[in-house]
Amino acid sequence: MYRTSPAAKVLVWALATASVCFGETPARAAPDDGLAAIRDAISNLRQEYEAKIKDLEDRLQKAEAEAEAAKSSAATAAAAAEDAQKSAVAAQAAPAAPEPQAARPPTSINTFNPGIAAVLNGFYVAASRDPTAARIPGFALGDEAHGPARGFSLGESEINLTANIDPYFLGWLNLSFGNDNSVSVEEAYIQTTSLGEGLTLRAGRFFSGIAYLNERHAHDWSFSDASLPYRAFLNNQYGDDGIQARWLAPSNIFLEFGAEWLRGDSFPSGGAANQGKGTATAFVHAGDDINDSSSWLAGLSYLHARSDQRDSGGDLFSGTDDLGIASLVYKWAPGGNPTVQNLILSGEYFFGRESGSFNAIPLGYNRSGWYAQGVYQFMPRWSFGLRYAQLGAGGVGAALAGSALDDLGRTPRAESALLEFDTSEFGRLRLQYSHDDSDIKPLDELLFQYTVIYGPHPAHRY
Amino acid sequence: MRKFLIGAILLTLGAVSPAHANLNVFTCEPEWAALSTEIGGDKVSVYSATTGGQDPHQVQARPGLIARARNADIAVCTGAELEIGWLPQILTQTSNQKIRPGAPGSFEASSFINLLEVPTRLDRAEGDIHAAGNPHIQTSPNNILAVAKPLADRFAQLDPANAQVYASRLADFTMRWQAALAKWQAQAAPLKGVPIAVEHLSWIYMENWLGLKRIVALEPKPGVPPSSGYLAQVVDTLQKTPAKMVIRAAYEDDRPSLFISDKVHIPAVTLPFTVGGTDGAKTLFNLYDDTINRLLAAAKG
Repeated sequence: MYRTSPAAKVLVWALATASVCFGETPARAAPDDGLAAIRDAISNLRQEYEAKIKDLEDRLQKAEAEAEAAKSSAATAAAAAEDAQKSAVAAQAAPAAPEPQAARPPTSINTFNPGIAAVLNGFYVAASRDPTAARIPGFALGDEAHGPARGFSLGESEINLTANIDPYFLGWLNLSFGNDNSVSVEEAYIQTTSLGEGLTLRAGRFFSGIAYLNERHAHDWSFSDASLPYRAFLNNQYGDDGIQARWLAPSNIFLEFGAEWLRGDSFPSGGAANQGKGTATAFVHAGDDINDSSSWLAGLSYLHARSDQRDSGGDLFSGTDDLGIASLVYKWAPGGNPTVQNLILSGEYFFGRESGSFNAIPLGYNRSGWYAQGVYQFMPRWSFGLRYAQLGAGGVGAALAGSALDDLGRTPRAESALLEFDTSEFGRLRLQYSHDDSDIKPLDELLFQYTVIYGPHPAHRY
Repeated sequence: MRKFLIGAILLTLGAVSPAHANLNVFTCEPEWAALSTEIGGDKVSVYSATTGGQDPHQVQARPGLIARARNADIAVCTGAELEIGWLPQILTQTSNQKIRPGAPGSFEASSFINLLEVPTRLDRAEGDIHAAGNPHIQTSPNNILAVAKPLADRFAQLDPANAQVYASRLADFTMRWQAALAKWQAQAAPLKGVPIAVEHLSWIYMENWLGLKRIVALEPKPGVPPSSGYLAQVVDTLQKTPAKMVIRAAYEDDRPSLFISDKVHIPAVTLPFTVGGTDGAKTLFNLYDDTINRLLAAAKG
């Protein structure tokens, strides 16, 4: 805004003087008392103009102050709003209405800091047996295929750092702090942002895009622990070093294809077979809305893992794992508003074959497993859920009787139930009960869990 | 596996290439879908991510939304963090360069409005606050007009061949809207100074437009559902400083406002909040007709 007041003053004085000059010619002819009258008139005029100018200046200053206040202060914003709105309406008539400019943030050394978020997680577990020593007869397990330990413990705590690196890449680093004070790089990858045509490439360490839950971090799962198939087939969650390509089809239903090529150093592969490029995956996801209230997502995934002396609890396996996973998720929320009520049903079926040598004994056997779960939010903040999971291991023959792969004639299964209270979208308290009937002796567990997220954590996937 | 994949990709490309329209508009809220149609007419095909019955804060990054955003030429959203819970996830998963933040195809309506209720303290302990200010700008029709011009300009920038169409449709819309504004102003005259209670702090722009006086909000903090203890406090406040009505958006839980309505004997008013929020608010013009009618009916009673 330009300052009009001095210029206006000069202009007004010039006009006043001019009018006095013009008026003086007849005034000279007038008698003295007439002159006094004219002087008075001029003096009045002058006072009037000065008052008007003062008034204009005041109004200008007030308007400026109000405009400033509207930008910077919420307290005065409401007062200025009426004026602002009136002027906005008025401005419509005038061409080139000025657009409000965002206040410029101060320049500082941390301007380009990445988004940092923390996820904290804590457990209290009461269990009939030690959950960390749990076995699943018929399956050679990875080192993390169990739930949290008894008593109080810190679940996995995470720190995420993410930002765009340049116009072409974004970076994502996820550090995980274990209960034993160990730090591990859970994910560290770069991802393209600008290839267009629905294509995204990723390189580094990441959770594989196979199945439905695998890619989601544990804090995003509906239950406090991984279900039996995830434990048995994927050591809870399969992540490895490698590359990934995804392509989103230009269709009106969601259709995504993906493929990965990975090092093969994590269960179900091991020993970084094939010179550190031992695992390959492919997956396709499809999904859409059914109506305003419900939507679905389905997936088919395939994983081929090679192992070279994979060590699971002292058992050595060399060979290949082929695993197929079919996933289906259905979500319902009345009118598309999940805040009051919503329902999420999901289920996945795992089927695979492991062949090679197990402790130097030839092996070739089929396994399968599935789970189905439902979580229902019955009122704002409160939900309950049920989950059933089951595994099936084929017989392995007399040579491997008594080994981890001997299913002891059992069908491993587990039932879980949960009750959850969300303090907000960033805080959650959960109570889960599980009855796990995999081993000869059942494992009954009661888990209390809190999970909180703070900082700019990206929104979760569907 | 590889053969299957390539086959599937080719099949997809052949079978489901979307019909070509001049401009594919992905809107986050129904009011922007309605405005885009007013400005774009048959030169645009518009998809709204949310319906009038939906809470725009709480939307999931559903597969259907990702597919639609993948093919969009422009995303028209409120901005000011209203869609922070879902839009970034959609943008990341689509990797559609045309609508990424900063691109010409990323249109944030709130950036053309002086936002009110800018929080003085940025802390999650204050509830679901929006750092840039209150994003519910569509509750005042003045803001619709302020967004129409830049939206038409943006359409013209992205689709220069139809620039003339957008300009003339904007001129036509502006004329009709200004007439409607005058009509609403006259109709709503009895609402000036009427004290109200609100469920969520969604209405500041409407309060200023109509001169309504907000006495109290039923949420202790934005986005935090009220406890019965807090509602008792609200009843107390309203007994000391009476309000004429308690207002909620069509998508909001009706229980808090019905409770208050019952306790202090004032009408609970459901406002459409956006296009499609109520049966009477099927168009952008009807949205404000219906809003004023409902407020007038409650103020009389």
